[in-house]
Amino acid sequence: MTSRRQFLVLACGALATGAEAQLPPNIAALRQAALQEAVRKVVGDVPVQRGKVKLELPPLIENGNSVPLSVAVDSPMTAADHVKAIHVFAEKNPQPNVISAQLGPRAGRARIATRARIADTGTVVAIAQMSDGSFWSDSVSVVVTLSACLEDGLI
Amino acid sequence: MARVVVNLPQQARRGEIMEIRTLAGHDMETGFRRTQLGQLIARDIITRFACTYNGVEVFRAELHPAMAANPLITFTTVATESGTLEFRWTGDNGFSATHSAQISVV
Repeated sequence: MTSRRQFLVLACGALATGAEAQLPPNIAALRQAALQEAVRKVVGDVPVQRGKVKLELPPLIENGNSVPLSVAVDSPMTAADHVKAIHVFAEKNPQPNVISAQLGPRAGRARIATRARIADTGTVVAIAQMSDGSFWSDSVSVVVTLSACLEDGLI
Repeated sequence: MARVVVNLPQQARRGEIMEIRTLAGHDMETGFRRTQLGQLIARDIITRFACTYNGVEVFRAELHPAMAANPLITFTTVATESGTLEFRWTGDNGFSATHSAQISVV
């Protein structure tokens, strides 16, 4: 038995994904290109590997204006082997960057948490830069029912 | 001076990893919104946050419009010695806020 609340959440989720399907393909491609450009600015030509990073945020976001997220990186955080920076990007935002945090061995543990605005249903990416120069990433797909940032159909 | 809240332990054991939670009161206007007349509202956000521990920078972050209003930043640092932690937020239109907290390490 579906409660009224569950039905509303599901219906809103379906609407959100439906709206995404109606986007002109070139704008979706523009967003994708903007994300790749923002990532390239951070990593340069170094390949980004998957793993080590754990990005956590709710899979269903009812209010995109304030989305709690945390990034934890598997690292001993010693002077020889530590995380230098953690970057977070949201694919569908008009500007993909969310936060760039610089940390070092004095952090003790490579974990940050914050609250972000997420404009629309899409992926959120976290990239960690290690002291040896390698980059590791994690991405999460999220469904946003009430979007943030935009009030004029900029998507 | 904006209202800021910083949460960290007053006392810690040497070598312990402390979690520090910081919150700064700020609208974080994205620069992507419009007024009812269609005018774009200018961007007004906090762009930088830094934490120093006895004068040594231990954490720094660059914030973008995609940070939620009243940006919350949680990070960790190792308790090395007693002293002062200084927190500084800076942003558009000359925004600046500072906070300092004492910690005693036993």
